[in-house]
Amino acid sequence: MLNNDHIRQQFPALFQKVHGYPLVYLDNGATTHKPKVVIDAISHYYEQQNSNIHRGVHYLSQIATDAYEASRETIRRHLNASSTDEIIFTKGNTEAINLVANGFRSILKENDEVLVSQLEHHSNIVPWQFTCEASGAKLRVIPMDERGVLDMNAYKNTLNKNTKIVAVNHISNALGTVNPVKEMIALAHKVGAATLIDGAQAGPHCSIDVKDLDTDFYCISGHKTYGPTGIGALFGKRTWLEKLPPYQGGGEMIANVSFEKTSYADLPHKFEAGTPNIAGGIALKTALDWLNEIGLDRVQEIESQLMSYTRKELAKIDGIRFLGHAPEVSGAISFLVGDIHPYDIGMILDKLGIAVRTGHHCAQPIMDAFKIPGTIRASLAVYNNYEDIDRLVEGVKKAQQMLQ
Amino acid sequence: MATIQEIQSDIIHEFEMFDQWMDKYEHIIEVGKSLPLIDRQFKTDDYLIKGCQSQVWLNAEQDGDFVIYKADSDAIMTKGIIGLLIRAFSGQKAQDIVEADTSFIDKIGLKEQLSPTRANGLLAMVKQMKLYALAFQSKKKSQ
Repeated sequence: MLNNDHIRQQFPALFQKVHGYPLVYLDNGATTHKPKVVIDAISHYYEQQNSNIHRGVHYLSQIATDAYEASRETIRRHLNASSTDEIIFTKGNTEAINLVANGFRSILKENDEVLVSQLEHHSNIVPWQFTCEASGAKLRVIPMDERGVLDMNAYKNTLNKNTKIVAVNHISNALGTVNPVKEMIALAHKVGAATLIDGAQAGPHCSIDVKDLDTDFYCISGHKTYGPTGIGALFGKRTWLEKLPPYQGGGEMIANVSFEKTSYADLPHKFEAGTPNIAGGIALKTALDWLNEIGLDRVQEIESQLMSYTRKELAKIDGIRFLGHAPEVSGAISFLVGDIHPYDIGMILDKLGIAVRTGHHCAQPIMDAFKIPGTIRASLAVYNNYEDIDRLVEGVKKAQQMLQ
Repeated sequence: MATIQEIQSDIIHEFEMFDQWMDKYEHIIEVGKSLPLIDRQFKTDDYLIKGCQSQVWLNAEQDGDFVIYKADSDAIMTKGIIGLLIRAFSGQKAQDIVEADTSFIDKIGLKEQLSPTRANGLLAMVKQMKLYALAFQSKKKSQ
């Protein structure tokens, strides 16, 4: 038994009908639904606290600023960072990566190397391509094997004194592979390279300790972690954040402005130009508090039971083929059925009220490596249950019957 | 030969027989399966319309005033819709194709298939079909 019905009950969006069927939501890797407390926190902000932060002397501005900064403290604690100066609010994971990649344009020189992995989604590839183009540095790739596991020997061989930053995900969005990031960070540091860990898929599934990992940068997404869209956070070690130039110019990020020279604000505000997503920032605290109240150990317990059940039940389908056989997998199961195109199955599942993701999951290099157009991905959250999985299996069988 | 309008009305009429989405989808799958395969020579990047979800290959040839389309997709549902579009437009006059609309897809309840969020390549394919017709039409005029 999962005993998570009381958790599921807190998500209003899960209790609706889609095309006449009760919704089965298995696209959590794209975004999770939001518990009622998070939705309420957003309304509460606009009803009671709405005001611009960090600049007003008036009452509302003060309480909004306090709530926003309290969220920064919650994120710090959640990631186990040393100081809130090391927590930058971003509009999401993609912006966090762009912020760092952009900063590295002025650090990298010709013949320097940026190392990403074959398991990355596009947002941890493209910003680095921009940076390499602008700086003349080379983009190199850590290959994966046929199980969807990064080739650690190749990684060790690729690292060299020219490697300036290693950017990899903690958990792969397309295959669910959990990467050995702690070991990878230590190896990168041995050659003097910085590290950025993309935690978009890790945020909702496991506890994150940036001190234990000893990573230089780590980013999380709000909306994939039961929080609102348009908000995320970047952790950066103070030394690095001081070294990187500001990302965008504007209000909030300055100390003093004149036409001759502008000096920048101290951390973390140096990287936070303009009025931020205040409601999102405040409600992200609510989401993290909510998640921590359940406890990530409990989340993992529920999800790993569900994950084994999903694999076991899907395996009963004739012609099913799982993509990714990493020893440690979290959150997502990618599969194909016979020669049927994933889009065809996805469309029939949709008509049966079942939401999955089909396609290349914004990770085309992985699909190219497997020589497939894409996969069907079922991704789990703490509110899913056995019935969701049974409906998925039944739906895939129905689609198979219609399409073969 | 029937006009585009008449063919579209026929298709709408055919789909009225199906009350259930499942029957409708099964019909589309049948249409997809019976669509003649496109020549291998056209299944290259030059003829490819890349969608995020499925891919479409399209070729058009001019035959006097008429345009002949051949197309294919890697997904059978997409191929089924292609079958309907080809039935309506292939063999028609370039000018009629340029002026025609695709509202029959809405009317048979498959509007979402031509929605940009589906990213299945179909919307771009319709655009490309019209561009071919327009190009043939102006070529004809200049001759």
